[in-house]
Amino acid sequence: MADKKKFIAQITSQIKLADGIYSMWLKCPKNANISIASPGQFISMYCHDGSRMLPRPISICEINASDNILRVVYRIVGKGTEEFSKLDASDTISIIAPLGNGFAVDADTCKKALLIGGGIGIPPMLGLAEKLYSSGVSAEAVLGYRDGNLFLKDEFMPYAKVYVSTEDGSVGVKGNVVDVVKQYNIQADIIYACGPLPMLRGVKELAKERGIKAQISLEEKMACGIGACLGCVCISKEKDSHSNVNNKRICKDGPVFDSEEIVF
Amino acid sequence: MNLAVNFAGVEMKNPVTTASGTFGSGAEYKDFVDLNKLGAVTTKGVASVPWEGNKTPRICETYGGMLNAIGLQNPGIDLFIERDIPLLKQYNTKIIVNVCGRTLEEYVEVVRRLADKDVDLLEINISCPNVKAGGIAFGQNPELARQVTDKVKQYAKQPVIMKLSPNVTDITEMAKAVEAGGADAISLINTLTGMKIDINKRTFALANKTGGLSGPAIKPVAVRMVYQAAHAVKIPVLGMGGIRNAEDALEFIMAGATMIAVGTANFNNPCATEDVINGIGQFMDKNGVKDINELIRCVE
Repeated sequence: MADKKKFIAQITSQIKLADGIYSMWLKCPKNANISIASPGQFISMYCHDGSRMLPRPISICEINASDNILRVVYRIVGKGTEEFSKLDASDTISIIAPLGNGFAVDADTCKKALLIGGGIGIPPMLGLAEKLYSSGVSAEAVLGYRDGNLFLKDEFMPYAKVYVSTEDGSVGVKGNVVDVVKQYNIQADIIYACGPLPMLRGVKELAKERGIKAQISLEEKMACGIGACLGCVCISKEKDSHSNVNNKRICKDGPVFDSEEIVF
Repeated sequence: MNLAVNFAGVEMKNPVTTASGTFGSGAEYKDFVDLNKLGAVTTKGVASVPWEGNKTPRICETYGGMLNAIGLQNPGIDLFIERDIPLLKQYNTKIIVNVCGRTLEEYVEVVRRLADKDVDLLEINISCPNVKAGGIAFGQNPELARQVTDKVKQYAKQPVIMKLSPNVTDITEMAKAVEAGGADAISLINTLTGMKIDINKRTFALANKTGGLSGPAIKPVAVRMVYQAAHAVKIPVLGMGGIRNAEDALEFIMAGATMIAVGTANFNNPCATEDVINGIGQFMDKNGVKDINELIRCVE
């Protein structure tokens, strides 16, 4: 059934959170299936400028399913995201949402979760923190920033105990997120993580040492965003049943994977 | 109003298909597009065995288009036959299977495997710029292109479309060569070889260094080559290269294409194929054109 659509969302507000970091709220049409969205999924955002053909995959930060509202927090990395940053509450934007697979939450087997976000990998962890909180799973969040500009940090406070690391040491632990986990000896039944590749490598190692599962969210340049073009693959440990080779589509099979599935 | 065309002996309900590699085997796009409405679905290239493709990044955007260097990742002909053909058979659309290979024997192997399968046409990819020691070598040398065509035709049970590369000096020479080899049709253009440098990282935007340029940026080149090729051979032409809407599609049709394919536009608009079909109908309606065949090659 051809029931999925690229649709027009109304921007209800946009604010700058930090240098180059923006928060946008999107009101989606009723038939847009926002109720099935979950933290860790992403949306494809399309530029108004016709010279930019490809959608920008942006992770979902928060979901208000009853009002069909999504929040995205993104960083300006090029012309497309720069265009988005100039939109305001009177504008609309074409999107496809939600896409990919989000973080799996199992409150029966997991009582204590560790959320690790690095840089622009922090936003999806906020929606996850809310979901874990409402599912009765206690959460601790380790957020890694470049500097003292701690965007979104305060918003985690109602849902999780928050630790911070900064690259420049201006706030919290100087160093990376894994340093924080080790320094405070944070224990958990499961790790959820999103951030740059070196951080995810560290998280995978950490989970292995502890003998617990880690769900990690990957990113890659995408073209279709729906699993057809094979632009955004990652290397998988086992032969993938769809591709029939050792790789998986980040947009369709991910972006969230069990860390043990993936070869960095 | 008649939108139906006869392409190399196959009746198509309309002249619109998908460009290979941009639509998978339809499994992902069926959620967005009613595949029953398409003249045909052209599948992503399939080889005799699974191919892993290139390293990432495989994709980068460029002004009015994109570069890709997927490297023809595909699940191999066995899984394709078992899974992808049955899926497409559920729809009332024709199936064009794109075939890739590194050697003559690999092309032949795929074609043989498809001989008794219920697919409508084969499109032989001799023009992928992203695979070393394959594809493109055949697509840039007229004599080799003729030989591949001739060999494939010995085993093919379906009409054969040879997909041509634009990365040649004279496209008419290539078109004539595959016609001489017995091709039933030609399709063009595949992507133009390009490169993008990431100036901040001081490296190539693609892991493969070079990639294939597609999208609206290449359309004028594609229309020109379709025009030249269509006037150089008697076999029908499947035209593609940067088609986004019905106006674009009609340019190719008037230049000489019996069918057209929508490619990169699918990434911008998953319903682009359906929109093109509807738009062609509206154009014909507005201009009092009763039969799409009146428009094919109407520009001399």
